[in-house]
Amino acid sequence: MSSKKGVLVYSENRALLLQLLGKGEELAAKLEGRLSTLVVGSKNPDETELHEHGADVVYLAEKPSDPSTEAEWHRSALVEAIKVDSPHVVIIGATKRGKELAPRLAAVLDTGCMTECIDLDVDEEGRLTSMRLTYGGSTIASEISRKAPHIATVAPLTFQEKEPKPKTGEIVHLGFERPRPRVRVVERREKRKEEVALEEASVIVSAGRGFKAQDDLSLLEELATALDAKMGCTRPIAADMGWMDEWIGISGHKVKPKLYVACGVSGTIQHAAGIRDSQIIVSINESEAANINELSDYSIVGDLYKVLPALTRALRERRK
Amino acid sequence: MTRIVVLLKDIVDLNEMKIDPSTRKPSLEGVKRRISDLDKRALEAAIRLKEAHGGEIATLSVGNPKTRTVMLEALAMGADASYIVNDGSLTGLDALVTSKVLKAALEKIGDYDLILGGEMSLDSLSAQIGPRLAELLDLPILTYVKSMDLVEGRLRAVRDLEDVDEVVEVELPAIVSVVREVNEPRIPSLMNIMKAKRKPTEEWEASSLGLAAEEINAASSVEVLDVTAPLVERKRIVIEAETVEDAAAKLAEAIIAEGVLES
Repeated sequence: MSSKKGVLVYSENRALLLQLLGKGEELAAKLEGRLSTLVVGSKNPDETELHEHGADVVYLAEKPSDPSTEAEWHRSALVEAIKVDSPHVVIIGATKRGKELAPRLAAVLDTGCMTECIDLDVDEEGRLTSMRLTYGGSTIASEISRKAPHIATVAPLTFQEKEPKPKTGEIVHLGFERPRPRVRVVERREKRKEEVALEEASVIVSAGRGFKAQDDLSLLEELATALDAKMGCTRPIAADMGWMDEWIGISGHKVKPKLYVACGVSGTIQHAAGIRDSQIIVSINESEAANINELSDYSIVGDLYKVLPALTRALRERRK
Repeated sequence: MTRIVVLLKDIVDLNEMKIDPSTRKPSLEGVKRRISDLDKRALEAAIRLKEAHGGEIATLSVGNPKTRTVMLEALAMGADASYIVNDGSLTGLDALVTSKVLKAALEKIGDYDLILGGEMSLDSLSAQIGPRLAELLDLPILTYVKSMDLVEGRLRAVRDLEDVDEVVEVELPAIVSVVREVNEPRIPSLMNIMKAKRKPTEEWEASSLGLAAEEINAASSVEVLDVTAPLVERKRIVIEAETVEDAAAKLAEAIIAEGVLES
């Protein structure tokens, strides 16, 4: 039943798994192999949905007996699925759990792994190629995996889920030796909404060196209230001036809001790397030559001490 | 006594790295090198454990001829000794190969209770070394740790996962990778910087770890073909108006028209 050309995709996150199946189907077609997937602790034993998203084979493993065995359980199930399936390419969802699992699997199989790929393909010799961010997110590296099985991880929303189409497939129940827990999970605390990091914020306003004094950040606060936004800043404002705790950019937060408003920010590559994935970038900066203007969808070249209050008023009037 | 090995990677200072505008390639020549930020936080965590419970801290790096100087900062912060694998014949150091070299070096260091590192190095962003070593050394691993302490000889830690904070306990020896929130690393005093130069540093070649460089190089699996800074594709609309009020009004309307605000 094994195929030397197949693709196996896995994530404990269902939405991400469906996205990976879409990409996996594309790669399996190029390799002329089949597409397989694994579900640990399935709630729906026929898993039609996964077949309809392209899976030829669905491996089912039992649910782990308790939280402390989870990590080892998922690892054992995946190692067993790969032993049975012999895939040529393995794609794992880059959740935090997945990013721990993939390199462990790669070590077990003595092969490579490419982390958080933003694009994947196979070359004419069937080797997996990828694009991924490096240098704090300021560059994109093009990489090739020279050893099979080729392993890659992919973050949520990198690839789109494809429309399901009628398809049937095989279900295989996996048996594997129960792993012993190596870590004791004492407690799991749900995160509160306020704790949601800058990474998850949908609107962010940020301060750069254009602010002359800490007290002036009140201008930013007022804009943040008008936009229902979280506040952030560049590295110098946090690391050098100590006006805020944490910054956005390389070695800081990487954000992906729908709207990012950069105020008095010059736009270094270090900062640019942290805001790259913003949907719309707006900037207010005094200098026409500032790099932030190149990085912006809309900018006003002007004195932020005059522009911010005017913008706050204009937004308040229009959002009443 | 707790013996801690902290894995520290020496990387280019990302805050000083520039992009060549004509080639879109990073220009790394002559850029200062430093300890990758998250690894430095792992070291700070180790120093705090030592301050609270006693112990000894060694740092371990797979580096280059400059690494010895970069690691002086770690010794000044509070590490007791620094071990560096510095072998120019090791090429293609991907995560697979690097983890094998680290495994051999850890076996040479011998007794340890805890291996600490950052969740990833900020240049390669691979996040693989900790999990790989867990398999190679058959040790338990705690990833994404944001706080930790030793409780009755066991390590108790909080892991920062997407949806939950997970409180976990593990018997030593174990491997731990930390996230940025774990602490703010200290800045060493001038006195400690002076003292650092007298602390022991040992450099190893592959052969002194019982490794054959050719074999290690042949095992390399992932090759980087190209690194480019992508061009940004933005609308680049500069809003101009007679008065600041008019410009602000136009901008407010443009933002609302984009549909990026929640109503």
